[in-house]
Amino acid sequence: MSKLLVEEKQIVVPGEILAEGMDFLPGKGAFREGENIIASRIGLVNANGRVVQIMPLAGKYLPKREDTVIGVVRDMSYSSWFVDVGYPYEASLSMKDATAEFIERGASLSDYFAIGDVILTKVVNVTKEGNIDLSMKAPGLRKLNGGRVIEITPFKIPRVVGKQGSMIGLIKEKTGCSLFAGQNGRIWIRGPSPEAEKLATEAVYLIAEKAHTSGLTERVGEFLEKNKLEIIK
Amino acid sequence: MKYAKRNDGRKFDEPRQMKAEVGVIKNAVGSAKFQIGKTIAIAAVYGPNDVFPKFLQKPDRAILRCSYNMMAFSGSGERVRPGTNRRGKEIGMVMEKAFENVLDLSEFPKAAIDVFVELPQTDAGTRCAGICAASLALADAGFEMKDLVCAVSCGLVGDQVVVDLDKSEEDFEGGAVDIPIAMTPRNGEVTLLQLDGEISKEELKKAIEFGREACLKIYEVQKEALKAKYKEAKE
Repeated sequence: MSKLLVEEKQIVVPGEILAEGMDFLPGKGAFREGENIIASRIGLVNANGRVVQIMPLAGKYLPKREDTVIGVVRDMSYSSWFVDVGYPYEASLSMKDATAEFIERGASLSDYFAIGDVILTKVVNVTKEGNIDLSMKAPGLRKLNGGRVIEITPFKIPRVVGKQGSMIGLIKEKTGCSLFAGQNGRIWIRGPSPEAEKLATEAVYLIAEKAHTSGLTERVGEFLEKNKLEIIK
Repeated sequence: MKYAKRNDGRKFDEPRQMKAEVGVIKNAVGSAKFQIGKTIAIAAVYGPNDVFPKFLQKPDRAILRCSYNMMAFSGSGERVRPGTNRRGKEIGMVMEKAFENVLDLSEFPKAAIDVFVELPQTDAGTRCAGICAASLALADAGFEMKDLVCAVSCGLVGDQVVVDLDKSEEDFEGGAVDIPIAMTPRNGEVTLLQLDGEISKEELKKAIEFGREACLKIYEVQKEALKAKYKEAKE
């Protein structure tokens, strides 16, 4: 007899038994041991049909193909840039994937992206050994000038973006900042004034802190509304 | 030598009072504080980081580096010499071994995960408290692991098998045997067992049984602490 032993959205810790019996399948963040399905990380239970998985509450960024990420250029060689994307090892952006422009022989790569530049880029390939290839060839990918970059747990990015971008749209509208959320947990913010940027930053941290609660959009809306007035004063 | 009653009035199979808290160090990826009796351990986890020197790198998985340190003022009056020492190195090594089969290190090839355990106050059972804190910190950091790790010391004081020895029991004039034991609570797999002294087979079996029961109690405290972090935020 198969049985689910936990409730939907319950917080579980590594080692907790989620379900008994072979009718259930372990999803992400879970594994099978004998007849049982066990959680392997701290998170919220999500039982979708037969698959029991864990939505992580904490953890580091694991690059996946097609992720849009915010990276910082750390180094460059003759034909490629090395970009920090929040993973222990640097990702590489090769010359042919970096720009649609023709790069002349002997040109200095720093004319395109210099060390320290923040770029919005895309993961095109990840190998088992952790080597990451990036590309700039997709609509919207570009160098991000000015602004600031903040970092939160990557698993909370979906909440920051919201359904069809509702949450991030709300922050943009109330603070007048432009925001980009990378799937690696980095968020780039540029606003009309430092105060507006600060407010947007605080809103993002608020979302990250309360990510697992409901009614978040209203709460963030209230927070922004309350503090918006102070900026104008 | 007879040991009829414990110095602090506990039952023979009763561990000291425990307290646990996660997220105590905001800068760290994961952190925890674990207190058992007067022994306090604080663990912080950083990483995954680059590995230098490069020859230590493992191409298929991350390496785990544990450091163990008793603070200079942590003992019972005599000053502990600060800095690295042989004892700290050894305990760091056995802590790494205690987590090796529990943590999924293949998630981060070539990288290193650093665990720092500091003890601001000690009253025996430090490596066990350190392992309990480190296990909480690793879970708090969101690393994949098969189970939490619980650790407690058990052993022989005089002629009596006891669990969770404090300093006065370790220094019992009739002799004491100290057995730190770490295990995964779900299936009782032992990940650390050290033995210092002489003990008969029956007594050892009984001591391990005491340790196992105490570990289950520790597990409840650990579980609660991890969940409390997110319950608070829910309010």
